Amino acid sequence: MVMSSIIRVVTRVSSSRVVTTCCRRALYSTENKARYYTKKHEWVAVNGDIGTVGISSYAQDALGEVVFVQLPDVGRELTTGEECGALESVKAASEVYTPVSGTVTEKNDTAESTPSLINKSCYEDGWLFRLKLSSPEELKQLMDQTAYDKYLEESH
Amino acid sequence: MLSYRYITRVFCIKQSNVKTLSIQRLYSDNVCKTQKTPLYDLHEKYGGKLVDFAGFLLPIQYADMSVSSSHLFTRNSSSIFDVSHMLQTNVYGNDCISWFESICPVDLKGMADGTSSLTVFLNKNGGIIDDLIVTKVKDDQLYIVSNAGRIDVDKQHMQETSEAFKKNGKDLSIEFLSITQRALIAVQGPKAASVLQPLTNIALKDLMFMSSTVGQVAGVNCRVTRCGYTGEDGVEISIPADKANTVTEALLQSSDVKLAGLGARDSLRLEAGLCLYGNDIDESVTPVEANLTWLIAKRRREEANFPGADIIMRQIKEGVSKRRIGIRIEKGAPARKDAVLKDKEGRDVGKITSGCPSPSLGGNVAMGYVVEQLKKPGTELLVNIRGKDVPCNVSKMPFIPSRYYVKK
Repeated sequence: MVMSSIIRVVTRVSSSRVVTTCCRRALYSTENKARYYTKKHEWVAVNGDIGTVGISSYAQDALGEVVFVQLPDVGRELTTGEECGALESVKAASEVYTPVSGTVTEKNDTAESTPSLINKSCYEDGWLFRLKLSSPEELKQLMDQTAYDKYLEESH
Repeated sequence: MLSYRYITRVFCIKQSNVKTLSIQRLYSDNVCKTQKTPLYDLHEKYGGKLVDFAGFLLPIQYADMSVSSSHLFTRNSSSIFDVSHMLQTNVYGNDCISWFESICPVDLKGMADGTSSLTVFLNKNGGIIDDLIVTKVKDDQLYIVSNAGRIDVDKQHMQETSEAFKKNGKDLSIEFLSITQRALIAVQGPKAASVLQPLTNIALKDLMFMSSTVGQVAGVNCRVTRCGYTGEDGVEISIPADKANTVTEALLQSSDVKLAGLGARDSLRLEAGLCLYGNDIDESVTPVEANLTWLIAKRRREEANFPGADIIMRQIKEGVSKRRIGIRIEKGAPARKDAVLKDKEGRDVGKITSGCPSPSLGGNVAMGYVVEQLKKPGTELLVNIRGKDVPCNVSKMPFIPSRYYVKK
């Protein structure tokens, strides 16, 4: 926990990174973007043609403290439902499957080096990867927040 | 999709043919087939995240601590685990020792009253039916604790073998203690004895590792056995079911002890190099292959009259083709059950049987079987994790030194 805050502080002090971080935040922040969910608890939030992917709060809680993160490399082309990474806690392993098709544009290096970020901030700092959507119509197959909440209530 | 493949394998032994178990299944309210332990209400009260383990509702962890924090708390202080799901059995009669020695390779005759031993039920091929702790209460009384995932098999095995024995006019009776009668808790960690001592009339300084006695704990008559499944000092306390709550709450008054769940129990036992039945040992392996040759007592080797003795004695003499070993992965993902082990030339040389990140050491620990020629600690191997070959080393077990309460 101490480690992660140190890393973040250092990132922000480095002046060139501050700009990058701020721009990215403005550009890709999922704060006000609608999230769409899979039945297996991944979410994607879309800005333009870029989707940001993470796991839901329910999933991070079920998995427990994440201690190892493996994410898809930039440039990799993914088809919806494809296995593209893994999260490991002491008690369990879970594969990550992409909720939509596209080409990976970025992965969250901070989450890879500080896996507990996924537990602390699964919708913001703990996102997993971004991809350029190749078939945006796939989003229609996913659940919006209301549908996902209902799904959690009914089936869990 | 998040599939809880590995957790299924580790925690639902009875469903070992089910490869995936979604989160829905783990946390479902549809748990009519699962049994509650006498400490169920206490788990709820303290925020236990309950899962189905071998047909019992048990906490995988508690709300206030992650699995790794709970693991480390056990190593530094102490933890209470509800292990009431395990099968407790009393055996009575003048011939109980000769019966028990006919199904296990242990030297009960040579053991002092009030001492305990790890042993195994063996099939006729020398395969391991279950591993268990047997206590020789006295010449005509035994107390056995065996695995929850093997309750039906163990009961049938004990019943069938004892019936055959009794037909020959032997004096023997078996009493299986049901979960509604009897609870079992494990108090584990360097502070376990200091937490327990103020509550009991048993002099814990005289109760050595692998010995057992009866006494009062928090005013309740209990059996206390100095043993465990973490590599730490500690005890298992067998308690009348209706008093389990009283005893556990009394222990929890100390700030040196917290409740811990199945998650920490699994990572603790792995670091301690202890086998999980159904993963690391089963009916297809012998104690020799499982690197448990020490379970075949000296006297029993001479007599060679336990099940599978011909095969096991030949293996001891001539060697085996595979052996259970420890595996250390310094960096990267943990290897889980069924990950393939390869030599440096890329040939398949074995398989992982269980593994996890190591909270005490960092990196990952695992157990598995490799071909005999590669069993030496330090041997460099590769383990295939999700398609990638990751470097690993054969390691001595336990991965961390055991701290049992033994005479120095």
